[in-house]
This record gives sequence, C-alpha cells and structure tokens, in this order.
Amino acid sequence: MADTSATDLSYVRTEMEPDAPRPRHDTGIVGWLRQNLFSSWTNTLLTLLGAWVIWIVVPPLIQFALIDAVWTGENRQACTTIAQGGVLPDGWFGACWPYVGDYFAQFVYGRYPFDARWRVDIVFVLFAIGLIPMLIPSAPFKRENIIYMAVIFPVAALLLLTGGHFYYGDFGPTDLLLESLRNSEWVQHNLGAEFLATVRSVQLFLAKDVQIGDALRLNHGFLADFALVTVVASLLASAWALSTGSSVVGMLRVIAITMGGIAVLLLVLAYDFGLSHVETDVWGGLLVTLVIAVTGIAASLPLGILLALGRRSNMPIVRAVCVAFIEFWRGVPLITVLFMSSVMLPLFLPEGVTFDKLLRALIGVALFSAAYMAEVVRGGLQAISKGQYEGADAVGLTYWQKTRLIILPQALTLVIPGIVNTFIGLFKDTTLVLIIGLFDFLGQMQSSFTDPTWASPVQATTAYLFAAIVYWVFCFAMSRYSIFTERRLSTGHKH
Amino acid sequence: MAVQDAGVPRLAGGGSGFSVLNDQRVRGVLFQVLLVIGVVSFAWWLISNTAANLRDQGIEFGFGILWNTAGFSINQTLIEYQENSTYGRVYIVGLLNTLLVAALGVVLATVLGFIVGIARLSNNWIIARAATVYIEVLRNLPLLLQIFIWYFAVLRLLPAKREALDMGPFGLLNIAGWYAPSPVLGEGFWLVVVALLLAILGCFAISSWARKRLAATGQPFPVFLASVGLIVAALVVSLILVALIWGKPLTLEYPTLGNFGPRGGARLFPELMGLLLALSTYTASFIAEIVRAGILAVSKGQTEASYSLGLRSGPTLRLVIIPQAMRVIIPPLTSQYLNLTKNSSLAVAIAYPDLVSVFAGTALNQTGRAVEFILITMATYLMISLITSLFMNWYNARMALVER
Repeated sequence: MADTSATDLSYVRTEMEPDAPRPRHDTGIVGWLRQNLFSSWTNTLLTLLGAWVIWIVVPPLIQFALIDAVWTGENRQACTTIAQGGVLPDGWFGACWPYVGDYFAQFVYGRYPFDARWRVDIVFVLFAIGLIPMLIPSAPFKRENIIYMAVIFPVAALLLLTGGHFYYGDFGPTDLLLESLRNSEWVQHNLGAEFLATVRSVQLFLAKDVQIGDALRLNHGFLADFALVTVVASLLASAWALSTGSSVVGMLRVIAITMGGIAVLLLVLAYDFGLSHVETDVWGGLLVTLVIAVTGIAASLPLGILLALGRRSNMPIVRAVCVAFIEFWRGVPLITVLFMSSVMLPLFLPEGVTFDKLLRALIGVALFSAAYMAEVVRGGLQAISKGQYEGADAVGLTYWQKTRLIILPQALTLVIPGIVNTFIGLFKDTTLVLIIGLFDFLGQMQSSFTDPTWASPVQATTAYLFAAIVYWVFCFAMSRYSIFTERRLSTGHKH
Repeated sequence: MAVQDAGVPRLAGGGSGFSVLNDQRVRGVLFQVLLVIGVVSFAWWLISNTAANLRDQGIEFGFGILWNTAGFSINQTLIEYQENSTYGRVYIVGLLNTLLVAALGVVLATVLGFIVGIARLSNNWIIARAATVYIEVLRNLPLLLQIFIWYFAVLRLLPAKREALDMGPFGLLNIAGWYAPSPVLGEGFWLVVVALLLAILGCFAISSWARKRLAATGQPFPVFLASVGLIVAALVVSLILVALIWGKPLTLEYPTLGNFGPRGGARLFPELMGLLLALSTYTASFIAEIVRAGILAVSKGQTEASYSLGLRSGPTLRLVIIPQAMRVIIPPLTSQYLNLTKNSSLAVAIAYPDLVSVFAGTALNQTGRAVEFILITMATYLMISLITSLFMNWYNARMALVER
C-alpha cells in the first residue's frame, strides 16, 4: 500500500466553479442590437439604410391615415381646405374617413335595394357557417359540410340573391323534335293533315304553363323536356349496362337519384317565396367580388380536376384536347378573356339567348381559373407515388373507382395550399371586372368618385387606402391559412 | 360440378358475360371518338351561331379591316403614327408599347426582386423585417389597385403642369410626366457603338479562351474583371478618339421650365410611369420569394463541402451556390416575366396605350369588329407565352441535372 498523503487530492475542487455571466455587450438589448443590427460596419450601414426607408414610408402614412385624418363630417366641406371650399387649413392632407363611413353600405352591397339587403347578410352568414368548419381540419362532419357547400349553399344563395321564382321557358329538344317531325316530307306525305294538326296542337299545349298552387308556375314544354332527357339518359344507361354486363338497376338508380335531385333543386328555384326580384345589374361592392371569386373557384375545381386527369390520360386525343385548353387559357391575360366574354360571348350564342353581364364575366373567370386549377391538381396527381396507382390497379378497381377512392382524396389534400393560393389570385383578379363595367368592391369605389357630395382631392387616396386594407386583410388571412395547411401536411413527409 | 363452378372466378362483370365494351382499349377509342364528335360539334355550333349573328348585324368577317384608317391619335408611339394610319399600324404601336413596358418592367422587377429576396435572408434584423413586410404587403394587394394607387394617388402628388420638381441631372418631374434629359448623338458616335460591339465580342472570346485554359492547365483567369476592363477601355478610347476628330460625341439636352411647363428632353408619360412602378414593385415581391426559395434550396452541405475543398467564400458563392440556386430560380422566374407581360394589359385601366388598350379597346369600339380584334390580341399573347415556354423547355433541358 502506498503512502496516502501522497495521493491527498484536497486541492482539487469538488464542485464546479459557477459559469461566468456572458459579457455585458453580448446579452440583453445591447447584445441583441450588436448581433442583429451593428455586428459590422456594413451591417450598421444596412441598418441605417433600413431605418431611413422605414422613416420615409411609415410616418407619412400614419400622419395621413390617423393623425391628420378627419373622422366626422357631413359632406365634402369636412374634408377640404379653405381654398377648396371647406373648413380645414390650407396645406392639409389627410384621410377623409366619414366619406368611407357614408359609403360603406354601398361598398358592401352596391346598389342592391335597401329593403332586401338582409338577404345578402343571410347569404354571408350561411357562407361563413359552411366555410369555417370546412377550414378547421379537426372539425367533424366533413362529408355533410361538403354537401352543404356544394349543393345547399349555392341554391340558397342563388335563391336569396336573385329572389328565386325562376321561370324555365321551353329550352327546346321536345319542341325541336316535334317541329322537325312536322316539317319532314315523309310525315307530310304518309301521315296526312290530321296527324300534323295533332302535332301542332301538342306543340301549342307545350307552350302553355301549368300553375301549381299560387307560387309555382311551370312550362309544359319544360316538363316534357325534362322527361325526355330522363328517358333518353335511362335508355342510354340501360343499353350501356346490358352491353357491358353491369347492373341495369344500379345504373337506373343513379339516373333516378341525379335527375330527382336536379328536379328538386329546379323546383325550389322556381318556387315563389315572395322575395322581390333583384337584377344582377344592381349587385355591387364586396358582394360581387365574393360572388365572382367563390363561383369562379367552385366552378373551376371540378373542371380543373377533369382537365388535370385528362392531361395525364393515356388517351392521346383526350390529352391533346386538355393540353390545348389549359395552355390556351393560361397563355392569355384575364382582361382579354373578360373582353371576350363581354363582347364575343353574345355572338357565340343563338339569336335570342342572352346572358346578363355578371354571368358572362363568371363564365370567363371560371374557364380561366379552371386552367390554373388544372395545373395545381396535376401537381397533386404527380406527387402521389406510383405504388398507389399500381396498388389500386392490382386490387382490380376500375379507372373511376381508382381515381375517386384512392387518387383524388390524397391528391386534393396535398394541393389544398395550391387551391388556396389560386383562390387568392382569383380574389385579387376579380378587380379586373371593373374594366368591363361591373361594379365590384374596387369598381364601386371608383364609381363613388363621381358623387359631388364627397368630392375632394383626398377622396381617391382615402378610398384606395381603405380598399388596400380590406383586400390585404382577406388575402393575408388566406395566405396564412395556406401556410398553416402546408405545415400541417408536410409533417412526416420531410426528411 | 356446381361446386367447381362456384370456385371459378368470372372474367368480367355480372351475368351476361364478356363484351367488347369491357375492353379498355375499345373503351378508350370509343370515348375519344365521342370526345372528338363533341368538341367538333360544339365548335361548329359556336362558329355557325357567330356567323349567323354577324350576318344579322351586317358585318362581314375578315381581316381586311386592318388596312382601314384608324382616325384616332395615340399619345405614346415608338414608331411613326398619325391619325390617318391604319388599324394594322395601331396594332404594331400597341404591341411595341406592351413590349416596352414589359421589357422595362422585367429589368426593374428583377433588380428589385433580387435585392428584396436577398435582403429577406439578411442577418440584419431591420433589413430582413423590412423585406418581409414589403413582400407580404405588395403580394396581397390586387395589382389593379396598386396601379390605381400609383397613378391616381402617388403620381398626383407631383407638382402641377406648369411647375416641376427639379431633379438636377435627372431632369424635371411633374404631373404630366418625367422630362428626362435626352441624349443628342454627336457626329461620329457610330465609332463608339462599333467599339462597344467589338469589346463585347472580345469578352466572349476571353471567356471561351479562359474556359479552355482552365480545362487544359487548371489555371483560372479573372474573366469578369478582364471583360469590364476591356469594355471600359473601348468606351474611353473611342470617346476620346471621336472627341479629337469630330468634337463632342454626346451631349445631353436638358428640359427647361417654360411658362407652359417643362419643354425639351425626353418625356416619360405618367401612364407609363404608374404602370411601370406598379408592375415592377408587384412582380418584385414574387421574384423576391423565388430568389429566397432558390437560395434556401441549396443545401448547407454544398457550402461546407466547398470550404473543405479549400475554396474561399467568393468562389464558393460564384461557382457552387449561384449555379445551383439559378437552376431552381430560373423556371419560376420566367413564368413571373410572363405574368408581368400579361399583367401589363391592365394598362387599359389607366389608358396607357398598350395592345389591349388601343387595339382591343379603342379600335374595337370604333369598328365593332369584336371577333377579329379579340382573336388577334389573344393570339399575340399566346405567341408570346408559347415562345417563352419553348425557351423554358430548352433551358430546362440544358440545365437539368445529368445523372449518371
């Protein structure tokens, strides 16, 4: 055993010396400033540059919007200088908020009749009721929610906004059929005048209306057309089912459900609920912006999905048609599309058929955004691994079963951020309709400039500032939502 | 037998057995035939309706209208144009104006976009935040609103027509536009142009020679510095030479403020300025995001590997990071350029005389020939898009990673 005193280690610390505090210039506000703003002389220079840019932009904006702004007033006098005929000192330059307050209702509803504006409010509420749970990923009843948004809400909105009580004139296949029967030489030769007279009387009968109760008026011809379409569709479906060996009853059930559903919707829209009729000419403001954006996206989604599937199809002609369609709409500016739909669409239609201005713009916007939507969906289709396609094929699913049950649910979930981004783009692009004479939110503002009550040099600037705030809140919220979904979806996918 | 029967799976469907319609190829052909019939008959329906409607209105379809006299004036024309010029000339004037604003916009948007994009990645807190705010604000506002703000709110703050803001060497600025000093070329200026062209050719020669030398010997050559030097030298020498032989090679004509406002100089119309500012700041916010994504897409390992090979930070950036980032940046960048070009059609809202404004707008309203004029306008934009995508495909093929 060795001498223990030689191994006496009492001079060695038994506990650690506490950490020295970080140098003062490295902590707290000073440290943060040194690290983030003044770490080197170039950085200091950049800081000064940034501060200068902020200084020239932010204070004047605050000065205009808040400090120098006028908050109350009755008319233009409140917002003009003495030299301009008002009450403010010369050289004053600030926002005129009472003008915005005065016009606020018009910016939201346009010239929609006062006593019917509650209908627009209900539509906004119904939309929010459907939209909010749809946006929350964990909210239950997604399926019911989608049915509500895809079927119930559009019908309710159409009913409330226009007033319903639609009258369907004879759109014509039955009449056309009878007419050609009457004109055919064979019939004239072989069946004689009596038969022709019968046909004629049937035609006259079809032109009449049937009144059901007080509130429902339907055209005979329309009913005949509906029956004709149902019968033809059933016959075609049965023929297809018999020749491919699939179930005839199943096919007919599908037809019955579809046509029955359509019939119910048409009847609801034809029913007179006592709402006054409101022409789309008087719609305006935020209402028109939302109608165009939401209809555009809703119409473009199914069309875009079909186009995207078509573009990835094995069938060369289908692919070519889809590529041509997509590239055409993506290659031209929206404004030319709107010009086309406003001046060329009336020429495309048979004589006597007219669409109102809003509907024409909607058609243009829907076709335009369908092309962009198709590219977004295609991205989702490409992102799904080949194994999914092959697995679906291996268990013997048909193309549509595979697409509906395996591919689209995954692909569409993946592209939610892309869809939201497309919607943001569309929402911003709706402003273009003011060029073809519709009054969207921005267009309504432009038109308010003509009113002499509030005419002042600051009017346009105030209006644009307000418009900018509103658009920005909408778009920024949507872009945050898009980022949120992207993050939520990306967990587990990233390496 | 019955037991055996149950065990045999049926080939197709239910009871009635196999049919040709269950063959996928037959179905494909059938479906495509139906599609072609549908598309063709729809197109035929549209065309026959249009023809009937035009006949009713007494309009004869044809492009001969392009040779008729337009009879309206256009304030900004890059080629000679008078009121008695033809609609065909209106088209060219409009197209050139579109291309002008697109070209200027692309340059400005690229410069601004790269600055903002890099600024967003800066370590400097205030710069990064300012860049973020810029992007988030500009991206989320409709372009048309931004055009209105620039044209009807910001540019209206400028001095009235008879006054002007004196910007020294940059000329005068007022509500009627920017009166920039215009260059007046002296005699013999062609020599400078020739020298510049020769110098640019020389730069290409230097770079190809340097690449060959690098491949052969491994010795690098400062191509960039040499090129700049060559161009500067060519300019200086030629300018001095011209000055010695003919006198002043180039003079700037400055605008002066007369009683009725500024006179002389080159005038930039406020419509062009408003449109250009809106287009380039808006597009820059998208380009900035693309640039940021491109830089972030190059993994950190690339930088580290480059350092460990002994490259310094300059060559690392130039030879390793930027080429890889550009591969990610260029495709979306091109589509932004295309968007900018298409968005320039919003010019119609502030009456900048671009293609849509003068051709699909004024000329169409004057003649009522919607079909021809809209078709030509759309075809023009389609051509621009197609040419751009062709370029993109070529570029992508060239830049695609060659995997071995």
